[in-house]
Amino acid sequence: MLRNRSVVSIADIGNDELSEIFRIADDMEKSLKSGKSLALMNGKIMATFFYEPSTRTRLSFESAMHRLGGSVISVAEAKSSSFAKGETLADTVRMAEGYSDIIVIRHSMEGAARLASRFTNKPIINAGDGSGQHPTQTVLDLYTIKKELGDINGKTVTIVGDLRYGRTVHSLLLALARFDTKVNLVSPPMLKIPDYVMSMLPRDFRVDVVDDLQSVIEDTDVLYVTRIQKERFSDPNEYQSVIGSYSISNETVGSMKQKSIIMHPLPRVDEILPEVDLSPKAAYFRQANNGVPVRMAMISLILG
Amino acid sequence: MEEQTLKISKIKDGTVIDHIPPGKALKVLSILRIDEKDGNSISIGIRVMSKRLGQKDVIKIENRDLEKFEVDKISLIAPDATISIVKNYEITEKFSVDLPQRLVGIVKCSNTNCITNTKEPVVGEFTLLSKHPLQIRCNYCERTMNEKEATASLF
Repeated sequence: MLRNRSVVSIADIGNDELSEIFRIADDMEKSLKSGKSLALMNGKIMATFFYEPSTRTRLSFESAMHRLGGSVISVAEAKSSSFAKGETLADTVRMAEGYSDIIVIRHSMEGAARLASRFTNKPIINAGDGSGQHPTQTVLDLYTIKKELGDINGKTVTIVGDLRYGRTVHSLLLALARFDTKVNLVSPPMLKIPDYVMSMLPRDFRVDVVDDLQSVIEDTDVLYVTRIQKERFSDPNEYQSVIGSYSISNETVGSMKQKSIIMHPLPRVDEILPEVDLSPKAAYFRQANNGVPVRMAMISLILG
Repeated sequence: MEEQTLKISKIKDGTVIDHIPPGKALKVLSILRIDEKDGNSISIGIRVMSKRLGQKDVIKIENRDLEKFEVDKISLIAPDATISIVKNYEITEKFSVDLPQRLVGIVKCSNTNCITNTKEPVVGEFTLLSKHPLQIRCNYCERTMNEKEATASLF
């Protein structure tokens, strides 16, 4: 179904395809645990272009490809690539097409991965485009919710933090709207969700914009926390006051349901206090680990 | 109709753009890059009576044909406009503008961080979401634009 297709936006993955990815990711996890080596991608090459810094996404994509028996070529950083010499992304992709079977791109500008997909027949995976989308993160987020809580349907998801620039939030919200979920959005006014994202949601989707996390914490099944970037604030005092009111402590965890989880796409800075890490509700490192089997599933479906 | 002819005389050869929303005629002129230096004879009716719209604007331009991209641009702010081609005082062709579902090379994305606003070999490309009120979505960065933003960002 996903065979030879690009994944630029979460809308590029249908619900049936999501289920298929989840099923295969389960199998991948089992084979990872068993220590069995796979040869599904033998002879296949993945090219990665990370024009913006990345740790988890890059490592998990590369790990996934290696675990599948494939190989990876990449430029160390944007500074050392032809991008620094002024080459267009369109030209870079047309060049990379000859060198690889699948291309993974992270770029600081919105729409970069879509543009790349127009200039090659090889599948493009969007690993984050500016403040646009980050679809593979969303797939692993949904996989994590399903694995941790048994189902995505019927859940209340509270998303906290930078909803304006956070691309993971944009993709996640659009994906949750396809399930029977309720979403609470909690952010400082200057970081509220953009209207263009809200306009993409179905009219009957239950989404509430709330000011106070405490007012919704007791009903929350998934508390999805995102990083508030200091550089977005011109006044350091304003940042301090915002971060203070949105940081998750053991006190916050104490107000949560028995069977609920805390997620974060990572890296975290001050949003979740280290004391929370010991709680069984802290699912963010398990979430990050899910990146590899989920991306293994997606690569094998696309190149299968 | 009688009232209208009292205000705006017929043209011999050229183009009539009718059923423009009231008050938008000047914007249409700017889309067509018609200013005080234009040598053609131009009649403009602003807020004239219309059976269909109540009020409307109308423009008659002597000796000027419209290109397809100009008609597409006009359709952004006047989606119900009709265009008549006049030859020797007779209407030889009349058609309604048709706001395309996919707008290519007409509008630039207003998101400065959209990849289309760089030296990449692409032009702005949008999908029409709604005619009334106008709403279009960039096919690259997925941002939406309203009429004000779209008309301020015409190529």
